Amino acid sequence: MEKMSRVTTALGGSTLMGRTMHCHLDAPANAISVCRDAAQVVVAGRSIFKIYAIEEEQFVEKLNLRVGRKPSLNLSCADVVWHQMDENLLATAATNGVVVTWNLGRPSRNKQDQLFTEHKRTVNKVCFHPTEAHVLLSGSQDGFMKCFDLRRKDSVSTFSGQSESVRDVQFSIRDYFTFASTFENGNVQLWDIRRPDRCERMFTAHNGPVFCCDWHPEDRGWLATGGRDKMVKVWDMTTHRAKEMHCVQTIASVARVKWRPECRHHLATCSMMVDHNIYVWDVRRPFVPAAMFEEHRDVTTGIAWRHPHDPSFLLSGSKDSTLCQHLFRDASQPVERANPEGLCYGLFGDLAFAAKESLVAAESGRKPYAGDRRHPIFFKRKLDPAEPFAGLASSTLSVFETEPGGGSMSWFVDTAEHYALAGRPLAELCDHNARVARELGRNQVAQTWTMLRIIYCSPGLVPSTNLNHSVGKGSSCGLPLMNSFSLKDMAPGLGSETRLDRSKGDTRSDTVLLESSATLVTNEDNEETEGSDVPADYLLGDVEGEEDELYLLDPEHTQSEEPEYVLPQEAFPLRHEIVDTPPGPEHLQDKADSPHVSGSEADVASLAPMDSFSLLSVSHALYDSRLPPDFFSTLVRDMLHFYAEQGDVQMAVSVLIVVGERVRKDIDEQTQEHWYTSYIDLLQRFRLWNVSNEVVKLSTSRAISCLNQASTTLHVNCSHCKRPMSSRGWVCDRCHRCASMCAVCHHVVKGLFVWCQGCSHGGHLQHIMKWLEGSSHCPAGCGHLCEYS
Amino acid sequence: MNRGGSSPSAAANYLLCTNCRKVLRKDKRVRVSQPLTRGPSAFIPEKEVVQANTVDERTNFLVEEYSTSGRLDNITQVMSLHTQYLESFLRSQFYMLRMDGPLPLPDRHYIAIMAAARHQCSYLINMHVDEFLKTGGIAEWLNGLEYVPQRLKNLNEINKLLAHRPWLITKEHIQKLVKTGENNWSLPELVHAVVLLTHYHALASFVFGSGINPERDPEISNGFRLISVNNFCVCDLANDNNIENASLAGSNFGIVDSLTELEALMERMKRLQEDREDEDASQEEMTTRFEKEKKESLFVVSGDTFHSFPHSDFEDDMIITSDVSRYIEDPGFGYEDFARRGEEHLPTFRAQDYTWENHGFSLVNRLYSDIGHLLDEKFRMVYNLTYNTMATHEDVDTTMLRRALFNYVHCMFGIRYDDYDYGEVNQLLERSLKVYIKTVTCYPERTTKRMYDSYWRQFKHSEKVHVNLLLMEARMQAELLYALRAITRHLT
Repeated sequence: MEKMSRVTTALGGSTLMGRTMHCHLDAPANAISVCRDAAQVVVAGRSIFKIYAIEEEQFVEKLNLRVGRKPSLNLSCADVVWHQMDENLLATAATNGVVVTWNLGRPSRNKQDQLFTEHKRTVNKVCFHPTEAHVLLSGSQDGFMKCFDLRRKDSVSTFSGQSESVRDVQFSIRDYFTFASTFENGNVQLWDIRRPDRCERMFTAHNGPVFCCDWHPEDRGWLATGGRDKMVKVWDMTTHRAKEMHCVQTIASVARVKWRPECRHHLATCSMMVDHNIYVWDVRRPFVPAAMFEEHRDVTTGIAWRHPHDPSFLLSGSKDSTLCQHLFRDASQPVERANPEGLCYGLFGDLAFAAKESLVAAESGRKPYAGDRRHPIFFKRKLDPAEPFAGLASSTLSVFETEPGGGSMSWFVDTAEHYALAGRPLAELCDHNARVARELGRNQVAQTWTMLRIIYCSPGLVPSTNLNHSVGKGSSCGLPLMNSFSLKDMAPGLGSETRLDRSKGDTRSDTVLLESSATLVTNEDNEETEGSDVPADYLLGDVEGEEDELYLLDPEHTQSEEPEYVLPQEAFPLRHEIVDTPPGPEHLQDKADSPHVSGSEADVASLAPMDSFSLLSVSHALYDSRLPPDFFSTLVRDMLHFYAEQGDVQMAVSVLIVVGERVRKDIDEQTQEHWYTSYIDLLQRFRLWNVSNEVVKLSTSRAISCLNQASTTLHVNCSHCKRPMSSRGWVCDRCHRCASMCAVCHHVVKGLFVWCQGCSHGGHLQHIMKWLEGSSHCPAGCGHLCEYS
Repeated sequence: MNRGGSSPSAAANYLLCTNCRKVLRKDKRVRVSQPLTRGPSAFIPEKEVVQANTVDERTNFLVEEYSTSGRLDNITQVMSLHTQYLESFLRSQFYMLRMDGPLPLPDRHYIAIMAAARHQCSYLINMHVDEFLKTGGIAEWLNGLEYVPQRLKNLNEINKLLAHRPWLITKEHIQKLVKTGENNWSLPELVHAVVLLTHYHALASFVFGSGINPERDPEISNGFRLISVNNFCVCDLANDNNIENASLAGSNFGIVDSLTELEALMERMKRLQEDREDEDASQEEMTTRFEKEKKESLFVVSGDTFHSFPHSDFEDDMIITSDVSRYIEDPGFGYEDFARRGEEHLPTFRAQDYTWENHGFSLVNRLYSDIGHLLDEKFRMVYNLTYNTMATHEDVDTTMLRRALFNYVHCMFGIRYDDYDYGEVNQLLERSLKVYIKTVTCYPERTTKRMYDSYWRQFKHSEKVHVNLLLMEARMQAELLYALRAITRHLT
């Protein structure tokens, strides 16, 4: 409100009126400029040069300056500027190097006033002096800047930038004699208009061309520059050396930059390529634009604030042949859409949580379980009291640490390292992996592997001993489960008795409907628990009954927590087993007898991975009916989804790789890719580079397999001159010596090189291994006792 | 490559120009002498290149650093006359062939082969056939385009257009390639491919323009090597100083005293530089000058009738092209003059509306990181390269001449600079040079030593190589601009 009134006074009592609107031009615009009275705008382009009046509801074409039968190249404008003192005076820069001035006061139809043909190349920019009526400055591709006095026929002075292409010239608003120019080679120069011999100051502002610059309207000596390197930088020129004060990183090269009136830290930018939006940035918040205008369909070529004291109207011209007026209040604000909270898990279960401070304060006051066993560490950023932005940078970061030991992920590492994914027949792979899982006490996983073998390896290949073996294993797994775990202990405490019953009912209906999968049931369960105070996942995941373990939200933990239990992961199957076991046999018998094939499918879906007894029966039934492996693909698919959902993406990916073609086609590419990337990410976090590479290599998805085709270079430094060896790994280009000789065979090592960290002698891996079998001394004869591990 | 005796087999490796053919047809006694030139180039005496080489250690260093084959090939040797440029050339070439990029290594070489095949440049094809196999490419692909995956085959269309008539590329071509489907190209892959294609089209121009000889030790290790063929007629090669040759050709190159020729050129440059302000050409005048230059380029080559024979006239040609043609489709598709297309259908490409510096760079760099910087440096380097000499004269500002060369090439591809007076081209580039430029950029495979020798007779060979570099880069930039503009349009 206060601001509004200020605007009104600044404008001398007459408030600007208008709305967000646009009008179609006949041709793409290259530049626009606003008249001093804020009621007219001039649009210039290769084949357009018109003045539009800005009315409340629309743009009205007022004048077409492009007259004459044969359009001359002098009218092909690269830039246009309207004098800020004289409403009748305009200047354009033509692509053929001519600078033209226009006098709207001329009575004839042709308003062209003067023609300066001094530049040899395209003129990129023209600029009037902010206070002097007759001074015009131009910057051209030929590397020269020229200052014209409009009362004379030719230029008053010429400034040579001593380099190619001037991209922008701007008179300082505060210093009468100063102007800034930007160059294609990344430099910015500061000139005194009275001294054409050399520039006052020069510095490199950007990497690559600097397309634009703009002086701050109020802060003396602030200059914003935008470059092809996709950056906007704000420089303080008042100090001895130009100091970079702010740097905004945009997503495309910056074609224009304009400070927003009345807002000290705001500037508007538009880009030259690819990105069509106009952004308004708060330079202190360089990552998220404060506002964004998305009206244009092609690159925006010119932007101008409508009035030098009104921050709410922005005009823009674009290559899509439209002229737009944007109202600041209609702008989309990416900040609003940004997620105000961030959540991330550390490798070992630490949880970091960042959010707006106000939000956290309110939450923690309300939630009863905040506090006790977590160990939050708070980081807080000091607030700038002068901050005008309400939501700016006042966030807190909390880190919740897990209890030591509780979050051990050793099972993951072990599994990853020991799983066999390829290179053997499927049956062997499954057996091997089942063994690995069992050794780690993950019996459910082990059972799954066994199941897979049964499903996919034709019955003839499976020896009966194996089958018995799995029976034995199955029952031994089942026993501790029955003994050690009592659901009733837990259930009353959670008040989930009723729910249990209901889910039992669910299961029944599921088996009748014959189409539910384990995952589906789980989801239903989830929904049901939503009403309770306890987190849903807690119920599903935690069997031990540690009520306040917040981090159990992480599904990975649920697994790691109870390695000693047989079937820890899902609450539902446990219940299912307990409830269903008594009627089990008949139930299954039913199935076996039933000619309806899908019956067993559903049964396996809900029972198979967990219940060893029923598993056995089902698999027998299988052998009898000799179902094709294809028959199970939906089932296996559901199983994979189940694991992935649960957080055990390792299992999902491993099965996907091992089973390969048989199941791949049932799972859509994107899901597979998603699993692969998550698993690879996890592996890399655990530094299991070899495993991760193997997974990448074995994946069939193209997006994944190209992962290890990038950055495959290994950089080596020469051991003599310590310079990087760029072309070959074994010979140095500079000192022309071979870097690594084998101490055993005295040849150059071109492949794997192993060396002793004690004496730094080494050689071919094979040779050194062999040598050290026979001797413990260094093969180079230095007397060091090398160790090879 | 038997270079020992004057056996007919050695001669058969060179094409015969039309004139020699006529002569040969008249009297059937085939007597062809063995080419006199050895060394990396058939046009440039060996000592010119080698002399420079022995001195230059920098070149050797660069080769070790950036050469993919690890040897000093003939192209590099000739380019090493301009070491500064050589560095940026090798760096960018190395980057697109060997460094991080979306395409697999063998594919990159195969694309290079496809590009070179458009100009029947057996030198480049052989080079990349070797590299292709070395990087683990599937040998079967080398049997021809029918053996490569559809995805690569789809590149054919833009390869063809880029090589001969880049202005015909539209966003529809791009859309067709990137449209989702089994064989689609991702944009980064496509940009990589486009960069490779344009690079090797342009390099083919250089190879023919500088008369690069086949590598000396062909080590025919695989059956896929083509018989190395140069398009240089024996009569060209047999005569080192071919002023007499001109009469044999019976062409219309006037034999002007070369010294006065040079003086006249210098004089014209001076006049242009000084009198610019006086000469106040109207805008219409400027436009017509561009059109005139564009149109005139039409007649530049067709005037030399001995080149306008269609390929099918000669049995020899057929044999040779059939070897190359397994990598190309539609071999009859060639350069067609931009001007002939008629301005109504195809608007002139306004250079200021889509420049390399502003637009092309950003797009390329966005999709294929860092190549933009390398190409940018290369273009800049070649444009600004000067030793301030012209033949025997020193301290000459050659900016004007370089710009004329660069813009003339762009003019032939229909790219117009608003701020350039195309009258300059007419004054600075003599007819024989225009013939040469047009041939090298548009149908490089037809370049002959006679053309190379007939212009700027007073100039040093290194200066002529410089001209070739300019032509090559100008051509590459023109092709790139058209391709990137199409991609930009596809994106918006």
